[in-house]
Amino acid sequence: MAEILLRATDIVAGYVKDLPILKQVNIEVKKASLTLIIGPNGAGKSTLIKAIAGVVPVTSGQISLAGEDLTGIRPDQMAQHSIAYVPQSDNIFRALTIRQNLELVLRKSKNSPARIAEMFNRFPPLASKQAEKAGTLSGGQRQLLAVAMALAVDPLLILMDEPSAGLSPKAAQEVLQLARDLTSQGVTILLVEQNVKQAMRLADHCYILAEGRNQHDADASVLLDDPIVGEIYLGGKRMSVA
Amino acid sequence: MIQSLADGILVGAILSLGAIGLTMVMHILRFANFSHAELLSIGAYSALVFDALFSGILPILANKVGPFSMTWALILSMLCAMGVTGLSAMLIDRFVFKRIREKGDELSMVFASFGVAMIIRNVLGLIFGLKSQLYSNDIVFAVMVSSEPMLLIKPDQVFVLLAALLIMLMLHFVLSRTTFGYALRAVAENPSLAEVSGIRLSRVIALVWIIGGGLAAAAGVFYGLNNHINPVIGRDLVLPIFAATIVGGIGSVYGAVLGGFIVGIAASMALLVLPSGYSPAVPFMIILVLLLVRPHGLFGEPQT
Repeated sequence: MAEILLRATDIVAGYVKDLPILKQVNIEVKKASLTLIIGPNGAGKSTLIKAIAGVVPVTSGQISLAGEDLTGIRPDQMAQHSIAYVPQSDNIFRALTIRQNLELVLRKSKNSPARIAEMFNRFPPLASKQAEKAGTLSGGQRQLLAVAMALAVDPLLILMDEPSAGLSPKAAQEVLQLARDLTSQGVTILLVEQNVKQAMRLADHCYILAEGRNQHDADASVLLDDPIVGEIYLGGKRMSVA
Repeated sequence: MIQSLADGILVGAILSLGAIGLTMVMHILRFANFSHAELLSIGAYSALVFDALFSGILPILANKVGPFSMTWALILSMLCAMGVTGLSAMLIDRFVFKRIREKGDELSMVFASFGVAMIIRNVLGLIFGLKSQLYSNDIVFAVMVSSEPMLLIKPDQVFVLLAALLIMLMLHFVLSRTTFGYALRAVAENPSLAEVSGIRLSRVIALVWIIGGGLAAAAGVFYGLNNHINPVIGRDLVLPIFAATIVGGIGSVYGAVLGGFIVGIAASMALLVLPSGYSPAVPFMIILVLLLVRPHGLFGEPQT
Protein backbone atom coordinates (compact mmCIF):
# COMPACT_ATOMS: atom_id res chain seq x y z
CA MET A 1 0.00 0.00 0.00
CA ALA A 2 1.37 3.41 -1.02
CA GLU A 3 2.63 5.68 1.70
CA ILE A 4 0.61 8.82 2.53
CA LEU A 5 2.65 11.89 1.54
CA LEU A 6 0.27 14.72 2.38
CA ARG A 7 -2.25 14.68 5.17
CA ALA A 8 -4.59 17.61 5.84
CA THR A 9 -6.68 17.09 8.96
CA ASP A 10 -9.73 19.10 10.05
CA ILE A 11 -8.68 22.14 8.04
CA VAL A 12 -10.57 25.35 8.80
CA ALA A 13 -9.39 28.19 6.59
CA GLY A 14 -10.58 31.30 4.80
CA TYR A 15 -9.53 34.67 3.48
CA VAL A 16 -11.39 36.63 6.17
CA LYS A 17 -11.09 35.97 9.86
CA ASP A 18 -14.17 34.31 11.37
CA LEU A 19 -15.55 33.57 7.93
CA PRO A 20 -14.12 30.17 7.05
CA ILE A 21 -14.49 28.78 3.57
CA LEU A 22 -13.12 25.39 4.55
CA LYS A 23 -14.94 23.84 7.49
CA GLN A 24 -12.95 20.87 8.77
CA VAL A 25 -11.80 19.39 5.49
CA ASN A 26 -9.74 16.21 5.53
CA ILE A 27 -7.68 14.78 2.72
CA GLU A 28 -4.88 12.30 2.31
CA VAL A 29 -2.67 12.11 -0.75
CA LYS A 30 -0.63 9.03 -1.52
CA LYS A 31 2.91 9.29 -2.75
CA ALA A 32 3.35 9.38 -6.55
CA SER A 33 -0.41 9.58 -7.08
CA LEU A 34 -2.68 11.99 -8.89
CA THR A 35 -5.37 13.10 -6.47
CA LEU A 36 -8.22 15.17 -7.78
CA ILE A 37 -10.42 17.62 -5.91
CA ILE A 38 -13.74 18.44 -7.49
CA GLY A 39 -16.86 20.20 -6.38
CA PRO A 40 -19.33 22.88 -7.38
CA ASN A 41 -18.32 26.53 -7.54
CA GLY A 42 -17.62 27.91 -4.09
CA ALA A 43 -16.93 24.46 -2.67
CA GLY A 44 -13.50 25.56 -1.44
CA LYS A 45 -11.38 23.50 -3.86
CA SER A 46 -8.89 26.25 -4.70
CA THR A 47 -8.97 27.50 -1.11
CA LEU A 48 -7.88 24.05 0.04
CA ILE A 49 -4.76 23.95 -2.07
CA LYS A 50 -4.03 27.59 -1.25
CA ALA A 51 -4.31 26.71 2.44
CA ILE A 52 -1.86 23.85 1.92
CA ALA A 53 0.45 26.26 0.07
CA GLY A 54 0.23 28.80 2.89
CA VAL A 55 -1.45 31.40 0.68
CA VAL A 56 -4.69 31.27 2.69
CA PRO A 57 -4.34 31.30 6.50
CA VAL A 58 -5.32 28.11 8.30
CA THR A 59 -7.38 28.84 11.41
CA SER A 60 -7.27 25.30 12.78
CA GLY A 61 -6.35 21.82 11.72
CA GLN A 62 -3.04 20.34 10.68
CA ILE A 63 -1.18 19.90 7.41
CA SER A 64 1.73 17.50 7.22
CA LEU A 65 3.99 16.43 4.39
CA ALA A 66 5.90 13.19 4.83
CA GLY A 67 5.27 13.47 8.55
CA GLU A 68 6.54 17.07 8.82
CA ASP A 69 4.07 19.62 10.17
CA LEU A 70 3.58 22.37 7.58
CA THR A 71 0.60 24.13 9.12
CA GLY A 72 0.93 27.89 8.77
CA ILE A 73 4.06 27.99 6.59
CA ARG A 74 4.60 31.14 4.57
CA PRO A 75 4.04 30.78 0.81
CA ASP A 76 7.68 31.60 0.12
CA GLN A 77 8.75 28.66 2.28
CA MET A 78 6.94 26.07 0.16
CA ALA A 79 9.91 25.23 -2.03
CA GLN A 80 12.06 24.59 1.04
CA HIS A 81 9.49 22.02 2.08
CA SER A 82 9.44 20.40 -1.39
CA ILE A 83 6.05 21.76 -2.42
CA ALA A 84 5.37 23.63 -5.63
CA TYR A 85 2.17 25.44 -6.49
CA VAL A 86 0.86 26.20 -9.96
CA PRO A 87 -1.85 28.89 -9.71
CA GLN A 88 -4.84 28.83 -12.02
CA SER A 89 -3.98 31.99 -13.95
CA ASP A 90 -1.12 34.49 -14.10
CA ASN A 91 1.22 31.65 -13.21
CA ILE A 92 4.28 32.88 -15.11
CA PHE A 93 6.17 36.17 -15.13
CA ARG A 94 5.33 37.64 -18.51
CA ALA A 95 8.00 40.34 -18.45
CA LEU A 96 10.80 37.85 -17.84
CA THR A 97 12.13 35.51 -20.50
CA ILE A 98 11.36 31.82 -20.27
CA ARG A 99 14.89 31.13 -19.08
CA GLN A 100 14.71 33.95 -16.51
CA ASN A 101 11.46 32.48 -15.15
CA LEU A 102 13.28 29.22 -14.50
CA GLU A 103 16.38 30.96 -13.15
CA LEU A 104 14.17 32.88 -10.74
CA VAL A 105 12.63 29.81 -9.12
CA LEU A 106 16.04 28.11 -9.05
CA ARG A 107 18.00 31.07 -7.70
CA LYS A 108 18.79 29.25 -4.43
CA SER A 109 19.65 25.99 -6.15
CA LYS A 110 23.29 24.96 -6.48
CA ASN A 111 22.75 23.17 -9.77
CA SER A 112 20.53 25.71 -11.46
CA PRO A 113 22.06 25.39 -15.00
CA ALA A 114 21.70 21.60 -14.91
CA ARG A 115 18.08 21.80 -13.74
CA ILE A 116 17.25 24.36 -16.42
CA ALA A 117 18.85 22.13 -19.07
CA GLU A 118 16.80 19.23 -17.74
CA MET A 119 13.58 21.25 -17.98
CA PHE A 120 14.39 22.28 -21.55
CA ASN A 121 15.06 18.64 -22.43
CA ARG A 122 11.74 17.68 -20.96
CA PHE A 123 9.83 20.51 -22.59
CA PRO A 124 11.39 21.17 -26.03
CA PRO A 125 8.85 23.87 -27.01
CA LEU A 126 10.23 25.97 -24.16
CA ALA A 127 13.85 25.35 -25.09
CA SER A 128 13.45 26.80 -28.54
CA LYS A 129 11.93 29.98 -27.09
CA GLN A 130 14.04 30.32 -23.97
CA ALA A 131 15.23 33.85 -24.74
CA GLU A 132 11.73 35.12 -25.53
CA LYS A 133 9.51 36.94 -23.08
CA ALA A 134 7.15 34.49 -21.40
CA GLY A 135 4.27 36.80 -22.23
CA THR A 136 4.63 35.84 -25.89
CA LEU A 137 3.79 32.17 -25.23
CA SER A 138 0.45 30.60 -26.13
CA GLY A 139 -1.92 29.48 -23.35
CA GLY A 140 -0.75 25.87 -23.53
CA GLN A 141 2.91 26.83 -23.59
CA ARG A 142 2.39 29.08 -20.58
CA GLN A 143 1.00 26.14 -18.65
CA LEU A 144 4.02 24.11 -19.74
CA LEU A 145 6.31 26.82 -18.41
CA ALA A 146 4.32 27.02 -15.17
CA VAL A 147 4.66 23.25 -14.73
CA ALA A 148 8.36 23.44 -15.63
CA MET A 149 8.83 26.16 -12.98
CA ALA A 150 7.12 23.92 -10.43
CA LEU A 151 9.10 20.83 -11.44
CA ALA A 152 12.42 22.65 -11.57
CA VAL A 153 12.66 22.84 -7.78
CA ASP A 154 12.35 19.03 -7.63
CA PRO A 155 9.28 18.97 -5.38
CA LEU A 156 7.71 16.00 -3.64
CA LEU A 157 4.27 17.51 -4.20
CA ILE A 158 2.84 19.79 -6.87
CA LEU A 159 -0.40 21.62 -6.17
CA MET A 160 -2.17 22.47 -9.44
CA ASP A 161 -5.15 24.79 -9.56
CA GLU A 162 -7.24 24.19 -12.70
CA PRO A 163 -4.30 23.87 -15.09
CA SER A 164 -6.63 23.32 -18.05
CA ALA A 165 -8.65 26.51 -17.51
CA GLY A 166 -8.81 28.62 -20.64
CA LEU A 167 -7.01 26.08 -22.81
CA SER A 168 -8.21 24.43 -26.00
CA PRO A 169 -9.51 20.87 -25.49
CA LYS A 170 -6.32 19.49 -27.04
CA ALA A 171 -4.02 21.62 -24.88
CA ALA A 172 -6.13 20.84 -21.81
CA GLN A 173 -5.79 17.11 -22.45
CA GLU A 174 -2.02 17.50 -22.91
CA VAL A 175 -1.61 19.37 -19.63
CA LEU A 176 -3.68 16.83 -17.70
CA GLN A 177 -1.79 13.98 -19.33
CA LEU A 178 1.45 15.69 -18.32
CA ALA A 179 0.25 15.71 -14.71
CA ARG A 180 -0.47 11.99 -15.00
CA ASP A 181 2.93 11.29 -16.54
CA LEU A 182 4.68 13.13 -13.72
CA THR A 183 3.22 10.77 -11.15
CA SER A 184 4.80 7.83 -12.94
CA GLN A 185 8.11 9.64 -12.41
CA GLY A 186 7.54 9.76 -8.66
CA VAL A 187 5.98 13.22 -8.35
CA THR A 188 2.79 13.54 -6.32
CA ILE A 189 0.09 15.77 -7.73
CA LEU A 190 -2.88 17.33 -6.00
CA LEU A 191 -5.12 18.73 -8.69
CA VAL A 192 -8.17 20.98 -8.64
CA GLU A 193 -10.01 20.74 -11.92
CA GLN A 194 -13.31 21.81 -13.46
CA ASN A 195 -12.68 19.58 -16.44
CA VAL A 196 -14.03 16.73 -14.34
CA LYS A 197 -14.43 13.81 -16.72
CA GLN A 198 -11.08 14.28 -18.41
CA ALA A 199 -9.31 14.63 -15.08
CA MET A 200 -11.09 11.70 -13.49
CA ARG A 201 -9.98 9.38 -16.25
CA LEU A 202 -6.40 10.15 -15.32
CA ALA A 203 -6.64 10.52 -11.54
CA ASP A 204 -6.06 7.85 -8.92
CA HIS A 205 -8.25 9.20 -6.20
CA CYS A 206 -10.90 11.90 -6.04
CA TYR A 207 -12.31 14.06 -3.29
CA ILE A 208 -15.62 15.84 -3.65
CA LEU A 209 -16.08 19.03 -1.68
CA ALA A 210 -19.21 21.11 -1.27
CA GLU A 211 -19.74 24.20 0.84
CA GLY A 212 -16.30 23.84 2.35
CA ARG A 213 -16.79 20.30 3.59
CA ASN A 214 -15.88 16.79 2.46
CA GLN A 215 -18.81 15.22 0.68
CA HIS A 216 -17.34 12.03 -0.61
CA ASP A 217 -14.09 10.44 -1.70
CA ALA A 218 -13.25 7.30 -3.59
CA ASP A 219 -11.06 5.93 -6.34
CA ALA A 220 -11.49 8.11 -9.41
CA SER A 221 -12.43 5.10 -11.55
CA VAL A 222 -15.29 4.32 -9.17
CA LEU A 223 -16.59 7.87 -9.12
CA LEU A 224 -16.32 8.17 -12.88
CA ASP A 225 -19.13 5.66 -13.29
CA ASP A 226 -21.19 7.14 -10.46
CA PRO A 227 -24.37 8.74 -11.84
CA ILE A 228 -24.69 11.04 -8.84
CA VAL A 229 -21.32 12.66 -9.51
CA GLY A 230 -22.48 13.60 -12.98
CA GLU A 231 -25.65 14.98 -11.52
CA ILE A 232 -23.74 17.29 -9.20
CA TYR A 233 -21.90 18.92 -12.06
CA LEU A 234 -24.59 18.92 -14.65
CA GLY A 235 -27.50 19.98 -12.47
CA GLY A 236 -25.73 21.49 -9.47
CA LYS A 237 -27.56 19.09 -7.16
CA ARG A 238 -25.65 18.38 -3.99
CA MET A 239 -25.04 14.91 -2.65
CA SER A 240 -26.18 13.99 0.78
CA VAL A 241 -23.28 13.51 3.16
CA ALA A 242 -21.90 10.04 2.65
CA MET B 1 19.30 76.47 -27.29
CA ILE B 2 22.12 73.94 -26.98
CA GLN B 3 22.88 75.42 -23.57
CA SER B 4 19.28 74.77 -22.48
CA LEU B 5 19.53 71.24 -23.82
CA ALA B 6 22.72 70.61 -21.84
CA ASP B 7 21.20 72.07 -18.68
CA GLY B 8 18.07 69.99 -19.25
CA ILE B 9 20.08 66.79 -19.60
CA LEU B 10 21.78 67.48 -16.28
CA VAL B 11 18.50 68.18 -14.49
CA GLY B 12 17.05 65.13 -16.24
CA ALA B 13 19.76 62.86 -14.83
CA ILE B 14 18.90 64.03 -11.31
CA LEU B 15 15.15 63.61 -11.89
CA SER B 16 15.74 60.14 -13.35
CA LEU B 17 17.50 58.97 -10.22
CA GLY B 18 14.62 60.28 -8.13
CA ALA B 19 12.01 58.78 -10.43
CA ILE B 20 13.53 55.28 -10.45
CA GLY B 21 12.87 54.77 -6.75
CA LEU B 22 9.44 56.34 -6.98
CA THR B 23 8.33 54.17 -9.89
CA MET B 24 9.51 51.01 -8.16
CA VAL B 25 7.62 51.84 -4.97
CA MET B 26 4.52 52.99 -6.85
CA HIS B 27 4.42 49.79 -8.86
CA ILE B 28 5.16 47.31 -6.12
CA LEU B 29 3.21 48.93 -3.30
CA ARG B 30 0.53 50.47 -5.53
CA PHE B 31 0.53 53.92 -4.02
CA ALA B 32 1.72 57.39 -5.00
CA ASN B 33 4.37 58.27 -2.44
CA PHE B 34 4.43 62.05 -2.21
CA SER B 35 7.17 61.88 0.40
CA HIS B 36 9.67 60.30 -2.01
CA ALA B 37 11.22 63.61 -3.03
CA GLU B 38 11.94 64.33 0.64
CA LEU B 39 14.42 61.47 0.48
CA LEU B 40 16.51 63.72 -1.77
CA SER B 41 16.58 66.27 1.05
CA ILE B 42 17.56 63.61 3.59
CA GLY B 43 20.34 62.52 1.24
CA ALA B 44 21.57 66.05 0.61
CA TYR B 45 21.65 66.95 4.32
CA SER B 46 23.16 63.60 5.36
CA ALA B 47 25.98 64.19 2.92
CA LEU B 48 26.45 67.68 4.36
CA VAL B 49 26.86 66.21 7.85
CA PHE B 50 29.19 63.42 6.74
CA ASP B 51 31.20 65.89 4.67
CA ALA B 52 31.85 68.08 7.71
CA LEU B 53 32.65 65.00 9.75
CA PHE B 54 35.11 63.44 7.31
CA SER B 55 36.76 66.77 6.51
CA GLY B 56 37.19 67.39 10.24
CA ILE B 57 38.58 63.95 11.07
CA LEU B 58 40.84 63.60 8.05
CA PRO B 59 41.70 67.03 6.60
CA ILE B 60 43.36 65.36 3.63
CA LEU B 61 39.91 64.32 2.47
CA ALA B 62 38.98 68.00 2.19
CA ASN B 63 41.14 68.26 -0.94
CA LYS B 64 39.31 68.82 -4.18
CA VAL B 65 39.02 66.05 -6.72
CA GLY B 66 40.65 67.18 -9.96
CA PRO B 67 38.80 70.04 -11.62
CA PHE B 68 35.63 69.48 -9.63
CA SER B 69 34.35 71.53 -6.72
CA MET B 70 33.69 68.42 -4.69
CA THR B 71 36.14 66.90 -2.27
CA TRP B 72 37.05 63.31 -1.54
CA ALA B 73 35.14 63.75 1.69
CA LEU B 74 31.99 64.63 -0.23
CA ILE B 75 32.29 61.59 -2.45
CA LEU B 76 32.61 59.37 0.61
CA SER B 77 29.78 61.33 2.21
CA MET B 78 27.53 60.67 -0.76
CA LEU B 79 28.02 56.93 -0.36
CA CYS B 80 27.26 57.17 3.36
CA ALA B 81 24.24 59.38 2.63
CA MET B 82 22.94 56.76 0.21
CA GLY B 83 23.11 54.19 2.99
CA VAL B 84 21.50 56.47 5.58
CA THR B 85 18.73 57.52 3.21
CA GLY B 86 18.05 53.96 2.09
CA LEU B 87 17.80 52.92 5.70
CA SER B 88 15.56 55.91 6.48
CA ALA B 89 13.25 54.97 3.61
CA MET B 90 13.04 51.42 4.88
CA LEU B 91 12.29 52.57 8.42
CA ILE B 92 9.65 55.04 7.24
CA ASP B 93 7.97 52.14 5.46
CA ARG B 94 8.24 49.87 8.48
CA PHE B 95 6.85 52.37 10.96
CA VAL B 96 4.34 54.23 8.78
CA PHE B 97 3.42 52.77 5.39
CA LYS B 98 3.57 49.09 6.34
CA ARG B 99 1.20 49.63 9.24
CA ILE B 100 -1.26 51.51 7.03
CA ARG B 101 -0.84 48.93 4.25
CA GLU B 102 -1.89 46.19 6.65
CA LYS B 103 -4.92 48.08 7.91
CA GLY B 104 -5.97 50.62 5.31
CA ASP B 105 -6.03 51.13 1.60
CA GLU B 106 -3.88 52.86 -1.00
CA LEU B 107 -5.62 56.20 -0.55
CA SER B 108 -4.76 56.24 3.15
CA MET B 109 -1.14 55.65 2.19
CA VAL B 110 -1.19 58.57 -0.24
CA PHE B 111 -2.47 60.89 2.47
CA ALA B 112 0.05 59.47 4.92
CA SER B 113 2.81 60.20 2.42
CA PHE B 114 1.82 63.89 2.45
CA GLY B 115 2.12 63.80 6.23
CA VAL B 116 5.49 62.08 6.10
CA ALA B 117 6.72 64.68 3.59
CA MET B 118 5.68 67.53 5.91
CA ILE B 119 7.33 65.87 8.90
CA ILE B 120 10.63 65.27 7.08
CA ARG B 121 10.67 68.82 5.69
CA ASN B 122 10.01 70.40 9.07
CA VAL B 123 12.39 68.17 10.98
CA LEU B 124 15.16 69.07 8.52
CA GLY B 125 14.24 72.74 8.96
CA LEU B 126 14.39 72.40 12.74
CA ILE B 127 17.75 70.64 12.70
CA PHE B 128 19.56 72.52 9.95
CA GLY B 129 17.66 75.80 9.84
CA LEU B 130 15.87 77.33 6.89
CA LYS B 131 18.95 79.10 5.56
CA SER B 132 20.35 77.66 2.34
CA GLN B 133 23.67 75.86 2.56
CA LEU B 134 26.31 74.77 0.06
CA TYR B 135 28.70 71.84 -0.13
CA SER B 136 31.43 74.20 -1.24
CA ASN B 137 31.73 77.97 -1.05
CA ASP B 138 34.44 77.98 -3.71
CA ILE B 139 33.47 79.47 -7.01
CA VAL B 140 33.82 77.03 -9.88
CA PHE B 141 33.81 78.61 -13.29
CA ALA B 142 32.09 76.99 -16.20
CA VAL B 143 34.25 75.88 -19.10
CA MET B 144 33.37 77.20 -22.53
CA VAL B 145 32.89 74.11 -24.65
CA SER B 146 31.80 76.08 -27.69
CA SER B 147 31.44 79.75 -28.45
CA GLU B 148 29.11 79.44 -31.44
CA PRO B 149 26.64 78.27 -30.33
CA MET B 150 27.52 79.24 -26.78
CA LEU B 151 27.87 76.24 -24.50
CA LEU B 152 29.18 76.59 -20.97
CA ILE B 153 29.52 73.53 -18.77
CA LYS B 154 30.84 73.22 -15.23
CA PRO B 155 33.10 70.24 -14.51
CA ASP B 156 30.72 69.28 -11.69
CA GLN B 157 27.91 68.98 -14.20
CA VAL B 158 29.94 66.51 -16.24
CA PHE B 159 30.67 64.53 -13.08
CA VAL B 160 26.99 64.49 -12.09
CA LEU B 161 25.90 63.30 -15.49
CA LEU B 162 28.53 60.57 -15.70
CA ALA B 163 27.94 59.42 -12.14
CA ALA B 164 24.17 59.33 -12.67
CA LEU B 165 24.58 57.35 -15.89
CA LEU B 166 26.97 54.95 -14.13
CA ILE B 167 24.45 54.37 -11.33
CA MET B 168 21.70 53.74 -13.90
CA LEU B 169 23.96 51.33 -15.78
CA MET B 170 24.67 49.43 -12.59
CA LEU B 171 20.97 49.25 -11.84
CA HIS B 172 20.31 48.03 -15.38
CA PHE B 173 22.89 45.29 -14.88
CA VAL B 174 21.29 44.22 -11.61
CA LEU B 175 17.78 44.16 -13.07
CA SER B 176 18.64 42.41 -16.30
CA ARG B 177 21.45 40.05 -15.35
CA THR B 178 20.98 38.92 -11.77
CA THR B 179 18.38 36.71 -10.14
CA PHE B 180 17.92 39.46 -7.55
CA GLY B 181 16.91 41.74 -10.40
CA TYR B 182 14.54 39.08 -11.71
CA ALA B 183 13.05 38.84 -8.22
CA LEU B 184 12.47 42.61 -8.14
CA ARG B 185 10.79 42.50 -11.54
CA ALA B 186 8.77 39.45 -10.54
CA VAL B 187 7.45 41.16 -7.41
CA ALA B 188 6.59 44.25 -9.44
CA GLU B 189 4.67 42.17 -11.97
CA ASN B 190 2.85 39.71 -9.74
CA PRO B 191 3.55 39.83 -6.00
CA SER B 192 1.44 36.79 -5.09
CA LEU B 193 3.06 34.60 -7.74
CA ALA B 194 6.46 35.89 -6.68
CA GLU B 195 5.70 34.82 -3.15
CA VAL B 196 4.72 31.27 -4.10
CA SER B 197 7.85 31.18 -6.27
CA GLY B 198 9.90 31.42 -3.09
CA ILE B 199 10.46 35.17 -2.88
CA ARG B 200 10.01 36.71 0.55
CA LEU B 201 7.96 39.81 -0.18
CA SER B 202 8.82 41.72 2.98
CA ARG B 203 12.52 41.37 2.18
CA VAL B 204 12.13 42.55 -1.42
CA ILE B 205 9.96 45.48 -0.33
CA ALA B 206 12.63 46.50 2.18
CA LEU B 207 15.29 46.28 -0.53
CA VAL B 208 13.18 48.37 -2.91
CA TRP B 209 13.01 51.11 -0.27
CA ILE B 210 16.74 50.87 0.33
CA ILE B 211 17.54 51.09 -3.39
CA GLY B 212 14.99 53.86 -3.98
CA GLY B 213 16.27 55.80 -0.97
CA GLY B 214 19.88 55.33 -2.02
CA LEU B 215 19.23 56.60 -5.53
CA ALA B 216 17.24 59.53 -4.15
CA ALA B 217 20.16 60.40 -1.89
CA ALA B 218 22.54 60.41 -4.86
CA ALA B 219 20.08 62.66 -6.69
CA GLY B 220 19.91 64.95 -3.66
CA VAL B 221 23.70 65.29 -3.48
CA PHE B 222 23.96 65.87 -7.25
CA TYR B 223 21.25 68.51 -6.96
CA GLY B 224 23.14 70.14 -4.08
CA LEU B 225 26.34 70.30 -6.12
CA ASN B 226 24.72 72.77 -8.48
CA ASN B 227 22.10 74.35 -6.25
CA HIS B 228 21.56 75.55 -2.71
CA ILE B 229 20.59 72.95 -0.16
CA ASN B 230 17.52 73.82 1.85
CA PRO B 231 14.67 71.90 3.50
CA VAL B 232 12.29 72.54 0.59
CA ILE B 233 14.29 70.63 -2.04
CA GLY B 234 11.69 67.87 -1.83
CA ARG B 235 8.79 70.27 -2.28
CA ASP B 236 10.46 71.79 -5.35
CA LEU B 237 11.29 68.44 -6.94
CA VAL B 238 8.26 66.32 -6.10
CA LEU B 239 6.30 67.39 -9.15
CA PRO B 240 9.06 66.99 -11.75
CA ILE B 241 9.89 63.56 -10.28
CA PHE B 242 6.24 62.53 -10.46
CA ALA B 243 6.05 63.84 -14.01
CA ALA B 244 9.12 61.77 -14.95
CA THR B 245 7.55 58.68 -13.39
CA ILE B 246 4.23 59.14 -15.15
CA VAL B 247 5.84 59.99 -18.48
CA GLY B 248 7.99 56.86 -18.33
CA GLY B 249 5.12 54.66 -17.21
CA ILE B 250 4.62 53.54 -13.64
CA GLY B 251 6.67 50.46 -12.90
CA SER B 252 9.19 50.93 -15.68
CA VAL B 253 12.67 51.73 -14.44
CA TYR B 254 13.83 52.46 -17.97
CA GLY B 255 10.75 54.61 -18.46
CA ALA B 256 11.65 56.57 -15.34
CA VAL B 257 15.13 57.22 -16.73
CA LEU B 258 13.75 58.43 -20.05
CA GLY B 259 10.94 60.34 -18.33
CA GLY B 260 13.48 62.16 -16.16
CA PHE B 261 15.42 63.32 -19.18
CA ILE B 262 12.25 64.32 -21.07
CA VAL B 263 10.92 66.39 -18.15
CA GLY B 264 14.33 67.91 -17.43
CA ILE B 265 14.94 68.89 -21.03
CA ALA B 266 11.36 70.15 -21.54
CA ALA B 267 11.49 72.30 -18.40
CA SER B 268 14.84 73.73 -19.42
CA MET B 269 13.85 74.36 -23.04
CA ALA B 270 10.60 75.97 -21.92
CA LEU B 271 12.67 78.81 -20.52
CA LEU B 272 13.49 79.77 -24.09
CA VAL B 273 9.88 80.56 -24.86
CA LEU B 274 8.24 81.10 -21.47
CA PRO B 275 9.01 83.55 -18.68
CA SER B 276 10.95 81.76 -15.92
CA GLY B 277 7.98 82.03 -13.57
CA TYR B 278 6.05 79.60 -15.74
CA SER B 279 8.78 76.97 -15.76
CA PRO B 280 7.42 75.02 -12.77
CA ALA B 281 4.18 74.53 -14.70
CA VAL B 282 5.92 72.58 -17.46
CA PRO B 283 5.92 69.23 -15.62
CA PHE B 284 2.17 69.70 -15.01
CA MET B 285 1.60 70.27 -18.70
CA ILE B 286 3.66 67.22 -19.62
CA ILE B 287 1.65 65.06 -17.22
CA LEU B 288 -1.63 66.38 -18.62
CA VAL B 289 -0.66 65.85 -22.24
CA LEU B 290 0.67 62.39 -21.61
CA LEU B 291 -2.34 61.29 -19.57
CA LEU B 292 -4.53 62.32 -22.49
CA VAL B 293 -2.43 60.72 -25.22
CA ARG B 294 -0.93 57.68 -23.51
CA PRO B 295 -2.34 57.23 -20.01
CA HIS B 296 -0.01 54.35 -19.10
CA GLY B 297 3.11 56.30 -20.03
CA LEU B 298 5.80 55.53 -22.57
CA PHE B 299 6.94 52.20 -21.13
CA GLY B 300 4.11 51.35 -18.74
CA GLU B 301 1.57 48.62 -19.36
CA PRO B 302 -2.11 49.47 -19.76
CA GLN B 303 -4.26 48.56 -16.78
CA THR B 304 -6.29 45.42 -17.49
